[in-house]
Amino acid sequence: MDRRQFLTLSPGRAKQTRNALARTASGMTPYTGSWGKLQLIHLLKRTTFGASPDHINAFSGMTMQQVVDALLTPQPDPAPPVNNYGVDDGGVAPGAVWVRAALGSEELERKRIGSYKAWWVGQMINQQAGIHEKMVLFWHNHFVTETTMVNDSRFIYQYNLTLRHHALGNFKALTKAVTLDPAMLVYLNGYLNSKGAADENYARELHELFTVGKGPDSRYTEDDVRATARVLTGFRVDRTNIVSTFNTTQHDLTNKAFSGFYGNKVISGQTGPDGAQELDELLKIIFLQPEVAKFICRKLYRFFVYYEIDQATEDNVITPLADIFRNSGYDITVVLRALLTSEHFFDPLNMACLIKSPADFCIGLLREFNVKFPADYPTQYEKWGAIHRVMALMLQNLGDPPLVAGWDAYYQEPSFHELWINTDTLPKRNQFSDGLIGNGINNLRIDPLAFADKMSDPGNPVTLVNDSLAVLYRIDVSDTLKTFLKDNILLAGQNTNAYWTNAWNRYKSTPSDMANTNDVIGHLQALYKYIMDLSEYQLS
Amino acid sequence: MKRRDFLKYTAPAAILPTVINGFSIKAFASSPMLTALSGAAADNDHVLVMIQLTGGNDGLNMVIPLDVYSKYQAARTNIAIPEGKVLRLDNYLKAGLHPSMKGIQELYNEGKVSIIQSVGYPSPNFSHFRATDIWLTGSDSNEVLTTGWGGRYLDTQFPGPPDSFPNTDNPDPLAIQIGSIVSPAFQGAEGTRGMAITSATDFYNLIDGVIDPVPATKAGKELEYIRTIARQTNSYEKRIKTAAAKITSQGQYPANNSLADQLKIVARLVAGGLKTRLYMVSTGGFDTHASQAEAGDTTKGGHAKLLEGVSAAIQAFMNDLKGLKASRRVVGMTFSEFGRRIKSNFSMGTDHGAAAPMIVFGDYVMQGVLGNSPALPDNSSVIDNIPMQYDFRSVYASILEQWFCVDQTQLNKILQKDYQRLPLISGVACGVITGLPDIITEEKIHITNSPNPFTNATTITYITGNGNTMIQIFDTMGRLVSVPVNKVHTAGTYTTTFDAEYLPNGIYYARFQNGSVQQVRPMLKVR
Repeated sequence: MDRRQFLTLSPGRAKQTRNALARTASGMTPYTGSWGKLQLIHLLKRTTFGASPDHINAFSGMTMQQVVDALLTPQPDPAPPVNNYGVDDGGVAPGAVWVRAALGSEELERKRIGSYKAWWVGQMINQQAGIHEKMVLFWHNHFVTETTMVNDSRFIYQYNLTLRHHALGNFKALTKAVTLDPAMLVYLNGYLNSKGAADENYARELHELFTVGKGPDSRYTEDDVRATARVLTGFRVDRTNIVSTFNTTQHDLTNKAFSGFYGNKVISGQTGPDGAQELDELLKIIFLQPEVAKFICRKLYRFFVYYEIDQATEDNVITPLADIFRNSGYDITVVLRALLTSEHFFDPLNMACLIKSPADFCIGLLREFNVKFPADYPTQYEKWGAIHRVMALMLQNLGDPPLVAGWDAYYQEPSFHELWINTDTLPKRNQFSDGLIGNGINNLRIDPLAFADKMSDPGNPVTLVNDSLAVLYRIDVSDTLKTFLKDNILLAGQNTNAYWTNAWNRYKSTPSDMANTNDVIGHLQALYKYIMDLSEYQLS
Repeated sequence: MKRRDFLKYTAPAAILPTVINGFSIKAFASSPMLTALSGAAADNDHVLVMIQLTGGNDGLNMVIPLDVYSKYQAARTNIAIPEGKVLRLDNYLKAGLHPSMKGIQELYNEGKVSIIQSVGYPSPNFSHFRATDIWLTGSDSNEVLTTGWGGRYLDTQFPGPPDSFPNTDNPDPLAIQIGSIVSPAFQGAEGTRGMAITSATDFYNLIDGVIDPVPATKAGKELEYIRTIARQTNSYEKRIKTAAAKITSQGQYPANNSLADQLKIVARLVAGGLKTRLYMVSTGGFDTHASQAEAGDTTKGGHAKLLEGVSAAIQAFMNDLKGLKASRRVVGMTFSEFGRRIKSNFSMGTDHGAAAPMIVFGDYVMQGVLGNSPALPDNSSVIDNIPMQYDFRSVYASILEQWFCVDQTQLNKILQKDYQRLPLISGVACGVITGLPDIITEEKIHITNSPNPFTNATTITYITGNGNTMIQIFDTMGRLVSVPVNKVHTAGTYTTTFDAEYLPNGIYYARFQNGSVQQVRPMLKVR
């Protein structure tokens, strides 16, 4: 038993001896097992925020390959965020796009950043059935910037677009784009990096956090960090044109030598505009190192499968996956396709074990229940902003991860995803679902009638409970619990199924009978509230 | 000297059982103690335990009319309890209890039970869901309320949004539902005032045992982790655990009785010092459409088992509380969303009905049977229902006033109307003697009509006391036909005409209400 268990389990429970967790030897062999609703929902829940009944139905006639292809299709750029905050000294009218406007005062920038954060939440809620939006979040957690440190709304929006453009593209190209991204240049001081006394901030993170990582086999040296910093001297940001630039006079012209870990390569110093080309040389050297692919594959694995990587997983999954990634020239779509169609991904032992991140929990809930948002932009942004704040209270402040390393739930040994859940955040999750299924949060609320109506046979309480659980839960629940949900919650202690059937049929035939309709709503609310309050709902 | 003053000043130090209006009044106190109680009345530590009998309890086979036994027997030939088997109540001859309810009989004879006959509401609803809502919210039949009656009571006592609780002054849950979801009865204006005791406490497994075991997988590991946190997050968990820990031994409870298990928890929490005012427990299976009694012996069968379970659980609960020296803090009541039809069906069951008796119990409860045996027709048909004698909100009002010492203004706010108060709980409980009218209900006829049977119209004659007098006319479905009288009279004899020219033939019930007095007069319209 580890220390945490010892500390948190009540004495009665701590006495129970726990069997070692079942292990799986499944690997990267393409999955050829049964392809049904169970597998489809697993795939959707892991790759999108929540699996809505509509999306499940839309995909249910397709093969696994077809579904994965659809999910991996990149989405076009969304419409940019607009002025939802009122007065804008930069002349941006309410409802107009601000992303190319002149830099505003600190106060105005905070307002625009508020608009940006709400807009991003809106993109997540309105995402198509594809992995694209979740990959934007993945890369945000990987190539972190924080709005509170960048303080330039236009740069921040550009950064988001950079992640979007490369989210399903080439990882090496993404790394280059991020290195030159104005927001990143500001965030890790790259824009101050000059010859003579290079600023090593970005250079260090490029190795430690962005490419080869800090795994046991990652042995880059302090000299490598210093050489990298010198390669990256001279990049600047242009706040008028909202781009990064290269100042040839600030670039270090000397040769940059790398350690044996990077093949003792030397980048010869270039003069003039060619100095900027040294970045390509640098990335070529770094990306020859096999640790890059392994590091990213481990991170993808923890994001999409499970956080624990034992030796079997390292050998059977990470190593072959990294080979695929490297052989493809770092094509993100290729590596994702391999993972998402593998035996390992569909291994029942790897299902239902992912603790939902706040984004997965909140956005997933809103999408699964198809919670309606108002159509006019001021109210829409206001609601999106409210959801953003809720997620932030649950520890995931989109746009502002706590550190350059990202959210600790994605990297912190040994607890990882369990860090999302504590005695403060779990009640907040329950309050969020309770509010949405009950009186509403900021006038947003779940329509339980609409959700139930999407089930196969809502008048049959047994089927209704089964269908609802199939959409909302990933973990199997016992027949005892299902019966309990039907009898004690949906039927409120009545033991005749027909009472539910009659009430539901009455609602369908005469919705204007408000006493009956309210009853049906009340019973559905009790059912879905209970389902979402159980710990099982925290798992994806 | 007024009667109440007389009682207040002359009650001797010892327990004095007196009988007024057929109800024994227990005075527990000498004058100094009464004074002390009066002082404490505003912030009393009284507890109400509501026992929900889900499914619609067959009240007519629970409280069996002995004064109209032949009509009862005729209406339910296949399930009627034999007259000789009916359990008798001390000093009360008109009705008795189902033979399986020895526990309640004994509590009654110890002076701790009040039975209220034919509790219902105008225009009853026969849907389980809707009728349950009406009972829990305290709404009219045609009204949808979003708050519960208990929640509204707690709103008046503990103002402030629900999320401002617990706080230093009120560290304990205001209301507790033993079970999985908080009852709609506890819904206040701004959110629920109650908590459900479920996974967050050590009681979880005891209550319903429905928690799936954790599999030895990655998912199982995470599930166990989340459940551990869930148990730690309940802000009331510590208070509940502390209260529960103070009680290390309890009385005997019947085995395999889920209601007993629930009440055992309530006893433990009450005796452990939790300041929670309202508890809700429930037990199901009362929807007895078929085979509620055994053909060979109607005292046995499904309904008998259910009633025995309720009766034994309540008796064990009261005994336990007595042993834990907490019984004087508790009043309990049973209720069900409706009673069942007068006439039994061919499958030896009964279908959804209307009014039914309620049982109120506790040390301070005034012994007696309120109201009369239901007026049963000579030849009951399948649609005949028991007409209401008391509105269920009268019971709520009486308990709020006499047990929680709620004043008139707040009472009207909680229940939205001024409902008739019934003498349920000794005035000692709130430090005052109330609700003891000078009218003697026994033997006195308050309402009659002539001619009866009648063809078009009949004249209702009623003899009333001071204060408001109300006469309501119901049909056999319990629907309110009209309210010919609802005004303040001086004491005396009055008449009113019931014109039924445009109404179908059949039985109509005229219900008279004046103060705590009520009577129901059946009237028959013929061609």
